[in-house]
Amino acid sequence: MAAVLALTAVGLSLVFGVMRVVNVAHGEFFMLGAVAAWFVTAFTPGPPVVGFVAALVLCPLLVGGVAALADRLVLKRLNYDPEATIVATIGLLYILQQAALSLYGPDARPVPAPFEWRIQLPWFGYSGYKLFVVAAACVILLAVWLFMTRSRAGLVMRATQIDRDTARAFGINVDRVYAGVFALGAGLAAIAAVLIVPIQQAHYLMGHDPLLLSFIVVIIGGLGSVRGTLVAALLIGLSDGVISVFYTPTLAKILATLFVALVLVFRPQGLFGAKQ
Amino acid sequence: MTTKLIGTSPNRRSVLTGMAAGGLLASGALPRFAQAQSSAPIKLGFQLHRTGIGASYGRWYERTAQAALKLLNEGGGINGRPVEIIFEDDGTDPRRGAEVVEKLASQAGVDAIFGPLFSHVVIGSAPRAGELKVPYLVCSEGYHVASGMLNRWTLQPGITDVRAQVSSMAPWVMNNLGKKVTMVFPDYAFGYDHRDFFTAAVEAQGGQVVAQLAIPPTETSFTRYLPQIPAETEVLYHVMVGPAVLTFVKELGEFYGTGPRPEIFGFIDSLEAVNIASPGLEFLEGTHFWEGHCRTQQADASEFEIAYRAAVGVDADGASVSDAKDVATYAHMFSTWETLFILKAGMEAAGYQGPADRQKLVEAIEAMTAMPASMAHPQGDKMFNGKTHQVFGHQNISKVEGGKLLRVHKTTLEDSMYEDAVDYTTMSF
Repeated sequence: MAAVLALTAVGLSLVFGVMRVVNVAHGEFFMLGAVAAWFVTAFTPGPPVVGFVAALVLCPLLVGGVAALADRLVLKRLNYDPEATIVATIGLLYILQQAALSLYGPDARPVPAPFEWRIQLPWFGYSGYKLFVVAAACVILLAVWLFMTRSRAGLVMRATQIDRDTARAFGINVDRVYAGVFALGAGLAAIAAVLIVPIQQAHYLMGHDPLLLSFIVVIIGGLGSVRGTLVAALLIGLSDGVISVFYTPTLAKILATLFVALVLVFRPQGLFGAKQ
Repeated sequence: MTTKLIGTSPNRRSVLTGMAAGGLLASGALPRFAQAQSSAPIKLGFQLHRTGIGASYGRWYERTAQAALKLLNEGGGINGRPVEIIFEDDGTDPRRGAEVVEKLASQAGVDAIFGPLFSHVVIGSAPRAGELKVPYLVCSEGYHVASGMLNRWTLQPGITDVRAQVSSMAPWVMNNLGKKVTMVFPDYAFGYDHRDFFTAAVEAQGGQVVAQLAIPPTETSFTRYLPQIPAETEVLYHVMVGPAVLTFVKELGEFYGTGPRPEIFGFIDSLEAVNIASPGLEFLEGTHFWEGHCRTQQADASEFEIAYRAAVGVDADGASVSDAKDVATYAHMFSTWETLFILKAGMEAAGYQGPADRQKLVEAIEAMTAMPASMAHPQGDKMFNGKTHQVFGHQNISKVEGGKLLRVHKTTLEDSMYEDAVDYTTMSF
């Protein structure tokens, strides 16, 4: 599931890169996306495809809206102070999680996949939907990359990332950029969740794992480096899969964590991060 | 229906009174000046997995306990006193479990606590119940009660433990499905009970466990474990719990698809609260499941079973009567019902007056032996072992046919018994 991991991690990385905010609530945006996908598909008439497409469009917008609101109401008032925002996003994590528990309930609920199709190989089968997820994630990642490097909004974001004060001097509305980036990061997590939810089920505690893995990926790749995040997501996702199959999943987790420790000791800026 | 229920109760009462023979009755009958007959309600604490990974069980355990409580109070309560149940959520978390035990015992002042299922929560909470000296009746299936790991205050009179379940069924699996088994189980206490005792039982039958796949309980995707199933496997034995069970079974279906597959023998835990007719589960047709209590109403269902199903509000397919999508945790939830009626029997045998008599309550339950099928035991007759604090009941093996679970084998009580590993009655209170 390297592809979905990459999507989630890129969202986290963007937020840190541009805003210097370590968003501990990122996993909960992922969970919100999944829960919202359940609501959208459950209340959309017609075949599962319609509901799924609707979820793919609506959920990131909705979650992005929640994130922008959180940015305006909370993070902005803390002046994006790094330590204060960590504590604030931890609070946000619990607010979102418990809100989901209250409004959605404690059950894991399935979302129908847009299509049921499986590939039968001679020795085992594989779900066609999972291949679709990989393809979709690649397309979205490419879109994000194009957006960041080719569009005006991306340019503004990169300018803000490099130097907030100078950007402001050039007439960039930094507040709006921050709200936008925070929403975009959360929206990416939500898209990842909508893609994954027909495979897993929507559950109010599901935000924990993606958050942890995203942090691992982002630290290895270098905080704020989108390219590093992608490479690290592939590395962690694939090695996790391969090691789990041939040895044990516990060993895969141990190795990933060990790798994080080594990166932090020998290359604190991450594999692709720029020296500060 | 009401007359039928009331009709059974004197029967049960007389049987259970007889069971609690010996000094218990004598000491209970002694007049005690400090304890006049009280008409205040008896308060029972229910440690409930309302949230967390056990939430689907919690939802149904609460409904089952409420239905049992209603019946209990309609039949005159306990010793003529009404009964209240205080439900307290533990989030399926061992640490909070211990806090819930403390809260129920110290703040709410309950007479006894029952209801927790998940074995890691039980193991985390039982020591606190022992310290607070409050009877703690668990519904967890784990072998940790009968193994002697816990304490004199912890009993499991409502459901058979995993060791007994798997060893009673292993011969049938060996004789009917195959001898080379691969096991898939959750990587914690409950899963280890399956691993250890099923492996031993298989080897005792001349079979072989060719691979054991332990899966961390927080895992959300299982695709990468499935290629580890050896091709020589004749029987795939699976037991999973938690919110990801549907994913597990679906991915198993994707993995085997329409190609050749081994015989599959699963614990219904892998499908509790999941509709067996969900898309992607078609491959389960023809596979076998353990069930503590048959989800699909069988043709030979007893009158107690039918009345119990109606009282809890479950239809003949094992779903809620008000919402066919809301599938019950039917194979396990009878344990809360039966545990409540055991509390009633124990309290009446002990002449229970208040928290000062908690020790007498434990002794009264320890004195229980045969439990005939009745409205108090709708799952069937059972045998309680007071020394190990563990009950033994019938186990069912069902086959999926046309989307329904039809029983093909029922074990006897003797099939499941094993030598005592502990004698709790020699331990101090």
